[in-house]
Amino acid sequence: MLRISDLHLSLGRTKLLHGLDLDAHPGEITAILGPNGSGKSTLLRACAGELPYTGSIRLQGHEIAQTAPWRLAALRGVLEQSPSVAFPFTLRELVQLGLHAGIEAEQDEIVIAALAEVGLAGMADRPIHALSGGQQARAHLARVRAQIWRAQSHSGPRWLLLDEPMASLDIGHQMALVTILRRFADEGGGVVTVMHDLNLSAQIADRMVLMAEGQVVASGPPRAVMRDEILSAVYGCPLRVGVSPATLPWLVPAFV
Amino acid sequence: MAMASLDLMARPERMRGGLRPALIALLMLASILSVTTGAAGVSLAHVTADWITGKEIGLRERVVLFDIRLPRLAMAVMVGAALAVAGAVMQGLFRNPLADPGIVGVGAGAGLGAVASIVLGGMLPGALAATLGPHLVPVAAFLGAWAATLLLYRVASRAGRTSVATLLLAGIAMAAMAGALTGVLTYLADDQQLRDLTFWGMGSLAGASWSKLAVATGLIVPALILAPQLARGLNALALGEAAAAHMGTDVERLKRHCVLAVAALAGASVALAGGIGFVGIVVPHLLRLIAGPDHRRLLVDSALLGAALLVLADLIARLIVSPAEMPIGIVTAILGAPVFLWILLQRRSFGSL
Repeated sequence: MLRISDLHLSLGRTKLLHGLDLDAHPGEITAILGPNGSGKSTLLRACAGELPYTGSIRLQGHEIAQTAPWRLAALRGVLEQSPSVAFPFTLRELVQLGLHAGIEAEQDEIVIAALAEVGLAGMADRPIHALSGGQQARAHLARVRAQIWRAQSHSGPRWLLLDEPMASLDIGHQMALVTILRRFADEGGGVVTVMHDLNLSAQIADRMVLMAEGQVVASGPPRAVMRDEILSAVYGCPLRVGVSPATLPWLVPAFV
Repeated sequence: MAMASLDLMARPERMRGGLRPALIALLMLASILSVTTGAAGVSLAHVTADWITGKEIGLRERVVLFDIRLPRLAMAVMVGAALAVAGAVMQGLFRNPLADPGIVGVGAGAGLGAVASIVLGGMLPGALAATLGPHLVPVAAFLGAWAATLLLYRVASRAGRTSVATLLLAGIAMAAMAGALTGVLTYLADDQQLRDLTFWGMGSLAGASWSKLAVATGLIVPALILAPQLARGLNALALGEAAAAHMGTDVERLKRHCVLAVAALAGASVALAGGIGFVGIVVPHLLRLIAGPDHRRLLVDSALLGAALLVLADLIARLIVSPAEMPIGIVTAILGAPVFLWILLQRRSFGSL
């Protein structure tokens, strides 16, 4: 599991996270939400091993700050918010970067399968710069998937950490991504994703984590977190929760 | 229609397969041309014929071939490979196809180191000076290039991203600073040192000799052998420092090794041949156009094409005003500067400066 306890993090003099505690479990999709500047991305980057912190972040028992990059790379993949590529790699070359980093045997099939999974089959030899923004985002997802292709390894569950993966995707590809994440979790892997859309998160997440000002304000299954008083307080405006056709909680404008 | 035009952008795998042999052939062809051409009028055909038929090769021919043309060829190969690989590694490190040791001030740093060693070398403790001996100038050039690369990375790079503007401006500032310090040292130099400085400054491949070559080889050959080890890390670094680390790259170590490799290659080249610009930009750029940016191919191919290109440039420099010769830096600049501008224009049209 991913166990975060008493996590403090500052950049320069700005304190971004203050004594944050959080558990995320393999087999589940954990969605991290909160207003702009609440520390969601900072938390994800800390879990990815990018930022120095005090306190503890343990992923499958490994303290992130003390684990070698190559060991972490076999354990979890990270989809950055807006990855950019300096040189015109083809999609095949891009996805191979992930494949080489993970522990999968280096098979061309994984590259092809990862590209097919994100709807880019047959485009392996195109340079990434010739693609649209949404296609590029999917190509990076394929790279991360190739790195963490199987949801479990002999040493236990593996993890996907994603920072607003839905941002540049149209509804069709959002649904495709949801399917990929659901399947990964069902196969025993762990998914932690920063999200912006409360309603979509409520439909797909097993656990929602609401952050405000560098701390976790509420966490639990959607029904426990999606409540008028919690959301209104966190986002600082009147919000009302209804019920979606699937009987899951559903945010509606307060004046409805 | 749209599909067809997109497909043109795909790079077929077969283009890459033939590239390595073609580069090797080009290098061999250039080498043969270089050895057989020159002001002395010694033709290889004659010498080979003599050698095969068992006739004694004349002393004059032997001196021209073995003491003038072959060391010169070896030096062109060595320096060309070093400059091109230094460029490719530096572009990978800075994630920017316009980074080149000559343009961004690393060459100036190496020059400062070399000049400082000539002028101030006498002040070194005797034991150290004796140990370094003829290695003093290349080692000093290496140290100068190393300091310049480190400084440049500190100034121009932020979280693994470098803007072209900052990089070039920082390079201009560093070159100006190194130039000023070199000027100060020139003032301090005595007459003998000024003579040494002048000869060193003329650079070019004209002064090639086996002993000079042997000295700089100690820096260039290990760096050329180790550079391909950086390929996978540089590929990952193309996605930025954070993403490279996510994919398991020890980014700090990779950066240290890249800086050392660039310094060794650029420093030794400057010590051997003075300032030769644009090889480090033109060669990797052409290869990226032909075979793509994968550093596992790019670094080795750059060494081959860089060597071939400098051998040919040297040939042009020797022929164009024969029997005199033009500094090779002029030839590479005339060939390379337009390519540099072309890349700049291309990038400007993408709005990514």
